[in-house]
Amino acid sequence: MRITLRINGEEHQADCWEGESLLFALREKLGFPGAKNACEQGECGSCSVLLDGTLVCACLVLAAQADGHEVTTVEGLAEGEQLHPVQQAFVDAGAVQCGFCTPGLVVATADLLSRNTSPSDDEIREALSGNLCRCTGYAKIFDAVRRAASA
Amino acid sequence: MDVLTPRTLAEALRLKAEHREAWPIQGGTDVLVALNFDRGRPACLLNLNEVAELRGFTRQDGALRLGSGLTYAEVEHGLLRDVLPALAEASRTVGSPQIRNRGTIGGNLGTSSPAGDALPPLLVEGAEVECASVRGTRRVPLGEFVTGVKRNVLEPDELITAVWVTPSRAPQTFMKVGPRNAMVIAVVSLAVSAGDELRASFGSASPRPVLVTAPREEADSFPERVAAAAAPIDDVRGSERYRRHALRVLTERALKRVLV
Repeated sequence: MRITLRINGEEHQADCWEGESLLFALREKLGFPGAKNACEQGECGSCSVLLDGTLVCACLVLAAQADGHEVTTVEGLAEGEQLHPVQQAFVDAGAVQCGFCTPGLVVATADLLSRNTSPSDDEIREALSGNLCRCTGYAKIFDAVRRAASA
Repeated sequence: MDVLTPRTLAEALRLKAEHREAWPIQGGTDVLVALNFDRGRPACLLNLNEVAELRGFTRQDGALRLGSGLTYAEVEHGLLRDVLPALAEASRTVGSPQIRNRGTIGGNLGTSSPAGDALPPLLVEGAEVECASVRGTRRVPLGEFVTGVKRNVLEPDELITAVWVTPSRAPQTFMKVGPRNAMVIAVVSLAVSAGDELRASFGSASPRPVLVTAPREEADSFPERVAAAAAPIDDVRGSERYRRHALRVLTERALKRVLV
């Protein structure tokens, strides 16, 4: 089946298998590999994207369900060469080890800060509870979120 | 495989009647896991995302009609937090923010897992499940809706369209045991309310939802009564003995919260 969706503000089309996830379509059909594929069951958050402005795991959205909708991936956060404040904060705080979880965490953090510009530590913990870092680099990730919030 | 995407409830019911084997998909948090891991290959998926009638909730004569497409996030953050506090607490423990943004109350009922977090608080509040088909609409008490592990009374041509609850306004709470605070499938869960009588229901401790009631003056023996009503199993998440013990302890704690 053919789906049409807006990704990072631009219209795209893809031919998908009916049972395919939005994540697979983004990565394998549409050329957006920023969202990472790991657990495929919503446990790790590395595929986090915004669907119509709402934070979701792209692995748990049927590609067909995104037909006619708007998706923002990590690729859509920067303005040209200018990194998004959350991306810059992750760089500045050294909040990246292997980097696999980073795109998901950046999208989830951007989503948090769009709703809450000065989150408490508990609110950060809650907002990022669905994003796992297997390197356990959470202390620096917290630093990055606080840094982005005060940027 | 086909994906059918109705735009109205009438169209959705017509399609379900024509494609009785179709899997309904709303938030996708269960269905996509099955698809991604090749645990099922339905001939047809019925995508309910575009059916506006299933969204949100309405009030009718003191009762609430929760659309089956109501998300956990909407229960957790919205107006329902004050009127269905135990359901809101339960919703807050489901998965992660990403999951709560997509997963729905109707999906939790449809999956009919013993671990479904919305089930105990809804049962304590006497919820009824609205099932609709082209033949008509019926309401089934939640305790009768779920018939076993991942089994329910839904007919092949029916969809879950709503859950009806008349909020008791009784002090109530929800508790859940798991290895961490987020992303946890309940080892056991518990909802307790203390209105005219004590009411409790638990998750992950019986094949189908059980309601335990007692007069308020029997609060002392209530934890034991709740633990005795459970029929837990040994599995990877916990033992039968631990689950019963945890239910006893949680009930004691819950009573301290709700008996005010």
